[in-house]
Amino acid sequence: MSAVIESHDHDDHHHGPAEGLTRWLYTTNHKDIGTLYLWFSFAMFLIGGAMAMVIRAELFQPGMQIVEPEFYNQMLTLHGLIMVFGAVMPAFVGLANWLIPMMVGAPDMALPRMNNLSFWILPVAFFILLSSLFMEGGAPNFGWTFYAPLSTTYAPPSVTFFIFSVHIMGASSIMGSINVIVTIMNMRAPGMTLMKMPLFVWSWLITAYLLIAVMPVLAGAVTMMLMDIHFGTSFFNAAGGGDPVLFQHIFWFFGHPEVYIMILPAFGITSHIIETFSRKQLFGHTSMVWAMTSIAILSFVVWAHHMFTVGLPLAAELFFMWATMLIAVPTGVKVFNWVTTMFKGSITYETPMLFAIAFVVLFTIGGFSGLMLAITPADFQYHDTYFVVAHFHYVLVPGAIFSIMAAVYYWIPKWTGNMYDERLGRLHFWLSFIGVNVTFFPQHWIGLAGMPRRVPDYALQFADWNMVSSVGAFLFGASQILFLFIVIKTVMGGKKASPEVWEGARGLEWTVDSPAPYHTFSTPPKVS
Amino acid sequence: MFNKATTTINKSLAALFLAALSSKSFAAWDDINMTEGVTAISKEVFGLHMLIFWICVAIGIVVFGVMFYSMFAFTKKKNPNPSTFHENTKVELAWTIVPFLILVLMAIPASNTLTKIYDDTAGDINIQVIGYQWKWEYRYLEDNIGFFSNLSTDQDEIDNNTPKGEHYLEEVDEPVIIPVGKKIRFLITANDVIHSWWMPDFAIKQDAIPGFINTAWTIVDKPGTYRGKCTELCGKNHGFMPIVVKVVPQDEYDIWVATKQEEALKMAELTEKTWSAEELVQRGEGIYQKNCVACHQSNGAGIVGIFPALAGSDIVLNDKARHLEILMEGVQGAAMASYANQLSEVDMAAVITYTRRSWGNAENGDGKIVVPTDIVEYKNLKLKEEEI
Repeated sequence: MSAVIESHDHDDHHHGPAEGLTRWLYTTNHKDIGTLYLWFSFAMFLIGGAMAMVIRAELFQPGMQIVEPEFYNQMLTLHGLIMVFGAVMPAFVGLANWLIPMMVGAPDMALPRMNNLSFWILPVAFFILLSSLFMEGGAPNFGWTFYAPLSTTYAPPSVTFFIFSVHIMGASSIMGSINVIVTIMNMRAPGMTLMKMPLFVWSWLITAYLLIAVMPVLAGAVTMMLMDIHFGTSFFNAAGGGDPVLFQHIFWFFGHPEVYIMILPAFGITSHIIETFSRKQLFGHTSMVWAMTSIAILSFVVWAHHMFTVGLPLAAELFFMWATMLIAVPTGVKVFNWVTTMFKGSITYETPMLFAIAFVVLFTIGGFSGLMLAITPADFQYHDTYFVVAHFHYVLVPGAIFSIMAAVYYWIPKWTGNMYDERLGRLHFWLSFIGVNVTFFPQHWIGLAGMPRRVPDYALQFADWNMVSSVGAFLFGASQILFLFIVIKTVMGGKKASPEVWEGARGLEWTVDSPAPYHTFSTPPKVS
Repeated sequence: MFNKATTTINKSLAALFLAALSSKSFAAWDDINMTEGVTAISKEVFGLHMLIFWICVAIGIVVFGVMFYSMFAFTKKKNPNPSTFHENTKVELAWTIVPFLILVLMAIPASNTLTKIYDDTAGDINIQVIGYQWKWEYRYLEDNIGFFSNLSTDQDEIDNNTPKGEHYLEEVDEPVIIPVGKKIRFLITANDVIHSWWMPDFAIKQDAIPGFINTAWTIVDKPGTYRGKCTELCGKNHGFMPIVVKVVPQDEYDIWVATKQEEALKMAELTEKTWSAEELVQRGEGIYQKNCVACHQSNGAGIVGIFPALAGSDIVLNDKARHLEILMEGVQGAAMASYANQLSEVDMAAVITYTRRSWGNAENGDGKIVVPTDIVEYKNLKLKEEEI
C-alpha cells in the first residue's frame, strides 16, 4: 500500500512548473501559455508603438524631416499589422487562456498541446514579418489593408514573406479559437448553464466563432495575391480580366468581423470590472449576451461600408448604410447597461475601474464617429481622411487597449499574488488618458478639414493640430514605459493579495488562492 | 425643407458653440470642420454631417450626464449600500426602440441625398479623369483636349530648404478648368493602382480603379479655385498628387479651350522639326524632373531593389530600341508604366535622349539620340502590327 501512496506523491511532485527555459517552450499549462501570449503582445505593442512614434515624429511639422515617404509607408503598414495581429489579438488570447478555464471551473484548456503550438508559431510569424524590413526593396508598404494591385503587381518582393506571415497568424488564431470553443462547450463546471456563464467567457465564445468564420477568408485573399504575384493568375489584375474591387470585398468580409473580434472581449472585460467596482450585479446580463450576438451577426452584413467610394450601385450603398446604422442599437444597449450598473451602485475608483470608465466614454465617442461614418453621403467627405483615423483609434486604443490594460490591473493580483502599486497605476491611467485624447481628438478636426490619411506630408492649414497630436502621441508612448515598469514591479513583489482581491468581485476565479495555483479546479466546483 | 431647417439649426448652433469657445475667427472654425462647399450637393452633405453630429452630441450629453452623475452621487462613501436591481424589461425595451427610431429619422434625409448624388446621366461637359502614380490626367471628351496635372510645389519646399508657399502641396502645374453653371460629369479611372479623386468643395470622392469607370457629377455656380487630393494610398508619393479645379465664366472657358487646341497643333509642328542633341537634352531635363525623378531619382541612380538605376544601365547605354520600347510599353509586372499616352512625341524623344546623355551615359555608351520622328515611326509600326 505504501508504494502506491509514494508513487502518488511522486506524481504530485511533477505537477508544478518545470524548471528553466523549457518550461515555457514545452508548456501545455493554460496559465503559462496565457503569460506567454501576454508578454508577446506587450513586446509587439512596444514595437508597433515605436513605429507610431516614427510616424508622429515625421508628421510633427509639414515637410519631410525624419524619413523618406517610402519608409514612412512601411512604418504605417507594419504599425497597423503589428498592432492588430501582434498586440491586440494575442493579448485577448492571453487573457482567454488565463481566465476562461478558471471562470468556467475547468482544469485547463481542452486542447493543451494545440494551445502550445498556436502560441509558438506566432513569434515565427512576426519574425518573418519584421525581417522584411531588412530585405531588398523594404518591408510591405501598402497599408495594413493591402489593397490590390498596390500589394500585388506594384508590391516590393517582401510581399511574399508578408503573405506567409499572415497565413501563420491565421493558423494560430484558428487553433486558438477552436480551443476556446471546445473548452467552453465541454468543460464548464456542473450547474454553469450557458446563460450563467460570465460575460468575458461569452464574449470570447462569440469572438472565437467570428475568428473561425473569417480567418479562412483572409487566408483566401492572401493566397489569391500569392497566385497573382507568382503563378500568373489575374484575380485582382484588371488587365488580365480580374477585379481589384473583388479584393476589397474579400478583405472587408474578413475585416469587419475582425474589428469586432478586437472589441467583443473588451465588452466582456468591461462588464466584469464595472460590476465589481460598482459593487452591484451587472444590469441586463441577458441583454448583454443578445447584444453581443446581434453585433456579431450584423458584422457579416456591413463590410461594404468601408467601400462607399468604390462605385457600388445605389441599392448596395443604401443597404450597407442602413445595416451599419443598425449596429448602433445593440452597441447602445451595452453602453446603457454599463451606465445603469453604475447607477445606484457603491463605486470606488481603483485603476481597473478608471480604465473601464474611460473605455465606456471614449469607446462611445468612437461609436458616435462610427455612426457619422455610416451616413454614406457624409462618408464621401470623411472617407480615407484623418477623421477615419481618429474614429478607429478611438475604438482601438482607448477601446480595445484600455480594456486590456484594465484587465491586467484587475487580474494581475490573481496571476502574481501581488497587488500592483495603486498610485503608479493611477498615474499611468491619467497619463494614458490625457495622451490618447490629445493625440486622437484633434485628428477628427484635421480630417474634417481635409487631411487625407496615410500621407507623410501635408498642407499648411493642418500644421497646428498635427503638432498637438504628435505631442499627445509622445506622451502616450512614454507612459507605456511606466506600464511596463508597473507590471514588472508587481511580478517581482508587492502587497500580498487575498483570494477575493476585490471587495465586490464575482466569479469562480476569485475563489482560488492568489496567485492562482499552477493547477486549479482539478475537480470541478459546483455552480448553483 | 427638412434640410433647410437643419441647416438653419446647424448654423445657429455652430455660431453659439463658436461664441462659447473663444474669440477665434471663422477661419479657425474652417480648420476643424468639414467645408460647406460650393455646390447644392455639398451643402446638403454638410447639413447631414452637422445633423448627425448634433444628434450624437445630444445622445452623448444624456448618456454621459447620467454616467457622470452616478460617478459623483454613488461613490462608496455617499452610497455604501448599493441597490440590487439588475433587470427592467420596460427600460430595456425603451432604450432599444428609441435609438432605432432616431436612426430611421436620420436614414431618411441621408437616403434622399444619396439618391440625388447617384445620377450618372451625361453631363454638358464630360471629363475623363485618370489616376497615375503620381499624377492625374484629364481628357475633355467633347473638345478633344487633354493634359497631365502634376504637383508644382518645389522639392526644395518639401525638403525644408526653402520656405513653404501658401498652397504648399495643394498646387499643380495645370489645373482642371470648368465653366460655371454647367453640369460637369467626371469619368474616373486609373492606369496603375487604385487612386481616389477627392474635391471637398464639391463633395465628390470617387475611387479611381484600373479597369473600372466611376462617375461623379457637379454643377458649380461660384467661380474660384478649389483644391483637393488623392485619398487612396497609391504608393510612395500618395501625399504628393493634389487636385486643383478652377471654375471660370463660360467665355473664359471657351478661350481656354481654343488655346489648348492651338497648342496641340503647334506640338504637331514641333514633331516635324529637326532637333539637335543639345535641344533634346535641354527639353528632356524638365520632362525627367516632372515624370521620372520620383522613382529613378535626379542622379539616375534609382532605389536599390525597387527602382532600377538609369545611370550606367546597359539598356540606356547601348540598346536604343529596347530603351524606347520600355518607355512606350511599360514593364509587365513592375511599377514602370507606359508613357506612350502621357508624353508627346517630342517630350518622349527628349526625355529618352536626356537619360542617354546624362550622368556619364554618353561617354560610357553609344550616346545615340532619339528624335520625335522615331517615336512617330514606332507608333506607326505598332499600329501596323495590330492590323495584322
